[in-house]
Amino acid sequence: MVRSAGNGQARSGPQTLFDKLWADHVVAERPSGDALLWIDRHFVHEGSFHAFNQLKARGGTVAEPGLTFGVADHYVPTRDRDHVGNPEIARMIDDLGANTARHGIELFGMHDPRQGIVHVVGPEQGLTLPGLTMVCGDSHTSTHGAFGAYAFGIGASEVAHVLMTQTLWQKKPKRMRITIDGTPTAGVGAKDFILSIIAAIGADGARGHAVEYAGAAVRALSMAGRMTMCNMSIEAGARCGMIAPDETTLRWIEGRPFAPKGALLEQAAESWRRLPSDADAAFDREISLDASRIAPVVTWGTSPEDALPIDGTVPDPSREADEGRAAAIRDALAYMGLSAGQKLSGIAIDRVFIGSCTNARIEDLRAAASVLAGRKAKVPGLVSPGSAQVKRQAEEEGLDSIFREAGLDWVESGCSMCVGMNGDSVPAGERCASTTNRNFRGRQGPGARTHLMSPAMAAAAAVAGSLADVRPMLEGRS
Amino acid sequence: MKPLVQVAGHACPLGLASVDTDQLIPARFMKRPRSEGYGGFLLHDLRRDEAGAEKPDFPLNQVPWRDAPILVARRNFGSGSSREAAVYALADHGIRVVVAPTFGDIFASNAVKNGLLPAVIGEAEAEELLAVLTARPDCLMLVDLEACTLSWDNRAVPFRIDPVWREQLLNGWDDIDVTRSFSADITRFKAATGQARPWIWPADA
Repeated sequence: MVRSAGNGQARSGPQTLFDKLWADHVVAERPSGDALLWIDRHFVHEGSFHAFNQLKARGGTVAEPGLTFGVADHYVPTRDRDHVGNPEIARMIDDLGANTARHGIELFGMHDPRQGIVHVVGPEQGLTLPGLTMVCGDSHTSTHGAFGAYAFGIGASEVAHVLMTQTLWQKKPKRMRITIDGTPTAGVGAKDFILSIIAAIGADGARGHAVEYAGAAVRALSMAGRMTMCNMSIEAGARCGMIAPDETTLRWIEGRPFAPKGALLEQAAESWRRLPSDADAAFDREISLDASRIAPVVTWGTSPEDALPIDGTVPDPSREADEGRAAAIRDALAYMGLSAGQKLSGIAIDRVFIGSCTNARIEDLRAAASVLAGRKAKVPGLVSPGSAQVKRQAEEEGLDSIFREAGLDWVESGCSMCVGMNGDSVPAGERCASTTNRNFRGRQGPGARTHLMSPAMAAAAAVAGSLADVRPMLEGRS
Repeated sequence: MKPLVQVAGHACPLGLASVDTDQLIPARFMKRPRSEGYGGFLLHDLRRDEAGAEKPDFPLNQVPWRDAPILVARRNFGSGSSREAAVYALADHGIRVVVAPTFGDIFASNAVKNGLLPAVIGEAEAEELLAVLTARPDCLMLVDLEACTLSWDNRAVPFRIDPVWREQLLNGWDDIDVTRSFSADITRFKAATGQARPWIWPADA
């Protein structure tokens, strides 16, 4: 067993961003290469009750309540919060309050002005920083990697482990770099990038890997776009996704409530500037894409890898050589109510959902509003901002009026219609154009049919009443 | 945790790829306390029709697979959400081994922590196994974690499992007990890292 000094000074040779993060957090190492890692930040939510129950059963205590934060997001209703009708949901929310209070954990509860989706709130509050190890009992914790953090989702037993020890045993993943160069056309952005990547490498294509996104097109993304990409790393099976911190990252962090300030921020920033991968660092796998060749993407099936450009057609299983794959396509088409060879553009939808940890930040809402301004939605829809703070900002900018005037509902912040567990769901058989991350069967509700896409594309679908290319709708608009 | 050395019995062929954790347990059931048992929720919306009645053609609803301790599937089993409830549903249903060519990372980790073996086999072996089980539902399988083999009749195929996970499953070891033996190292690390990176402690907002 090798003990680490904990000061990150054991580096030698060129290293990737991931290598540096890993080395900085190893408390102890097994000969197998498994390491006990120190965890800098831990978020819990209503679903963490299994872990708190494990803690209770062991008579354990929370090792570092100061590094642990609670956020109510998965189960909170997005309307009429003063009267939570469903007693099971009310109990989930109350239990989170009781568990965090008992252990001295700061909570952004349902009525807190800082409440929102945990992966929006963490960055917004300055709790997400470069160089940190961050975990949460939610697979989309990979979102925080956008800041150059090593952030990943864990199960309930691991949540209990982190609560009790502030550490976690991890196998060292392999390193993959996905480079996107070139300039995307208007109407194409981070969601199209990441869906294109998942379609290219498969829903398990990055399994066992820590993915670093690099290249000019990634550098040019806002923090919101970077978070969208890292968020969906898990949909390619990656352990985590990350982007090296740069001036865009530093500008975002400065002045956030929990972020370091003054001299401490300067000291931190100096350290963060050393985090990017060394020029000659080696990756186990490298993939490149050209942003200028990426079109707006939508999914047609029941896995995020079932994604195609909007000008494409639904795949034909009879043209598939692999029988297993052909059967999977047939199943997906039957569930989705689509026919082989059908044009994606023009597929009628029943509703839209703009929200989730993938695409509910202010930039996402602006992108949707820029399409919807002065237009009407042909179908009903829900817009749930990523946090209460995003909601206030959107209202200051008048975006809520654009959504309302288009005919969409403007509601409170939470996981909402992405997870089908809080009262917002898509009725069976209905087709939803959704800015979320998972088009799994029944994800948005039993029998729900989900098409994943960007906020701009979801807005275009709302206007057209069908899957549609947003690019013509953006002509003449800034 | 109950050690797992050998598991013998029927194996249910679930010829699906990317069985995500939303399929393994739909989110709406996760509010329930574990003490009530999660077995009835396993693959709920694939197993049952809208009225809640079992679909007779679904493998897990058929004899002898209803009580099979082994499940065989195609690639990317357990992808998606980190919900450990997916493992609770399998374990509470009585499944001790899932055999597939690839697993979602978080699912596999959750499985081991609950004494469920995620056994990785080749794509070709998975297809062979699915074909054998479909042709001969009564075929009995033996999973041997010591030897890392899956055998039936006179055939034995190797499976892969991370060596640390194998040892944990064989011994029924619990991570938290192991980690507690490192408490002095953790204390030392915390002091050193707090000095090297004092900003990890959130500012008073």
